[in-house]
Formats: sequence, structure tokens, C-alpha cells
Amino acid sequence: MRADRWHRHLLRLVLGLALLAVAAGVSLALMTAPVAPGLGDAIHGALPGAAAANPVTAVLLDFRGYDTLLEMAVLTAALAGVWSLGRAHRTRPTNPSPVLIGLTRVIAPLFPMICGYLLWVGADGPGGAFQAGAVLATAAVLYVLSERRPGPRLPEQPMRAGAVAGLGVFLAVALGVMAGGGRFLEYPAPLGSGLLLLIETAAAVGIALILAGLFIGGRPGGGDG
Amino acid sequence: MDNGLLFAAGGLGVFLIGAWAVVLRAHLIRKILALNLMSSGAFLLLVGAGAIGHAGVDPVPQAMVITGIVVSISATALGLAIVLRIAKTTGRALLPEDRERTPTDRPLR
Repeated sequence: MRADRWHRHLLRLVLGLALLAVAAGVSLALMTAPVAPGLGDAIHGALPGAAAANPVTAVLLDFRGYDTLLEMAVLTAALAGVWSLGRAHRTRPTNPSPVLIGLTRVIAPLFPMICGYLLWVGADGPGGAFQAGAVLATAAVLYVLSERRPGPRLPEQPMRAGAVAGLGVFLAVALGVMAGGGRFLEYPAPLGSGLLLLIETAAAVGIALILAGLFIGGRPGGGDG
Repeated sequence: MDNGLLFAAGGLGVFLIGAWAVVLRAHLIRKILALNLMSSGAFLLLVGAGAIGHAGVDPVPQAMVITGIVVSISATALGLAIVLRIAKTTGRALLPEDRERTPTDRPLR
């Protein structure tokens, strides 16, 4: 017992020293040198040729398309991982508060509208597929919470198709432009913004379904496993 | 004081608190919470460091962080699902090493 306590103190000491070293190193790096000149000027210089006018959207979907494509792959893989652990739990019947049900009814129509707005405005201002997808996912979570038996009753097949739609459409567009002589993930100039809107719409729907699927914590479709 | 520096220092602090807890807390839900603290701290540090001494916004850290947030959400959800499975199978939300070490009659920390 005494050796155990000694070990714990030693662990705390070593961990504390290691974290202090990290803090000192990062602070030193922050204080002494300005963190590189940054890529802001390069981005703003390349912006006229990009498919989106908002610099963040341009970085996400045009300059660094690989990151976003693989990010969709991570989301889809996480959902596959959660679903492979079993079906969603059939929770015990609950009595959702009338306030929740009423509120959900009142604000439900707002979610698709806000989602559409964020998608559309993402090309020129703050917004985009991830924000829009998160808003839609909130609608799905509210729907699940205001059900009497939350969770497993979401339809399985449409969710499967929708969850891979984001990654699928993105990949299809990225490969499709190669048929026209472009390179992977290179958007031909006149079609650029249309293609981005297509990718973003599919990504928003896919992200919303994936987040809702992650929220219920298992494969949908009922059952008790 | 520079705003970016303030955010970066705050992010560093949050990251360190999370790192402390992820090592020392045995309960897996606490470990996941601590991992989330660490990633939030890292995001804040990244955005703050990108804003030091700049008048405008550097879009690259912002794009990296928004990608990171989405990845962190999906990793958290997968982790929570696995914790639920561990708790259901073994009866306790602990890693195997901690399960041997922690007596069953003591509340988990």
C-alpha cells in the first residue's frame, strides 16, 4: 500500500514536470518569435482564382480540398465504428416535457431555413457545410429527444444512404473533373462555384445524418442489443 | 496585451489541465472529457497564435480548427460508444490496468 502511494506521488511529480516543460516551451515560442508570417497574404493573393470568395471556405474546399475530403472520410468511419458496436439501445419510455415538444414544433421549420442560408452564404461570408450540417443535426437530435422512445426508431436504410452521400458526392465530383482533363479536386473555372455548392449541400446532409447517428449511439432500426 | 496572445495562453492552460486529468483520472468518461479539454485548448492555442500581431484574420488556422472540431466530435462519439460497451461488458468504465488496481467498493475518481 505504501509503495502504491509512493508510485502515485512519483507519477504526479513526473507528469507535473513534463507539463511545466510543455508550458515553458510553448510560451517561449509564442513570446519570442512571431508565429511565422502566416499564410494570410498568400491566401488573399490567390483568392481571385478560387471557387469561393470567403477565404475560410476557399481554404477548406479549394486550396486544401484533401483535408476536407479526408475529414468526411473520418466522420463516415466514426459512424461505421459506432454502428459496428451494436444496435442503438432501446431506452426506457420517457415522457418528454411539453415544453420540449412545443418548442420543437415551433422552431423545427427554422432549422432547414437556417441550414440553407448558411450553405448559401458560405461562399462569400462566414458559414458553410459544417455549420449547416451541425444546425440540421440539432434538428435531428431535438426530434430524437422529443420522441417517447428516443433513438432506435430512425429509419435505417435512408440513414445509411444519406450518411455516405457527403463523402460519395465529394469523391464523385473530385474524380469527375478528371474526365474533363482536370486534376483530382481541381474545379474548372466556370463550374467552380456550382460544384462547390453541390459538394457542400451533400456534405451538410451527410454531416447532419452522421452526427444524428453518432448521437443515438448505435445502429438505428430498433431491437434491444 | 495582444488579444491573440491572451487566447493562446488560455488555450495552453486548458490543454494542460486536460493533459493532467487524462493521465490521473481512472474513470473513462472523465478521460474522454479530459481529451476534449485538451483538443479545445489546442484549437484555442492554434487560433490565438494565428492572430498574434495580425490585423486581419489568417484563414488557414481557422480552416484547420474547423476541420479539427469535426474530427474531435466524431472521435468523442466513437469513444463514448466504446466506453458504453466496456461498461456493459465488464460492469465498470475502467481500463484493464485500472480495473485491477481500483477496489470495487471505492467510488471512482
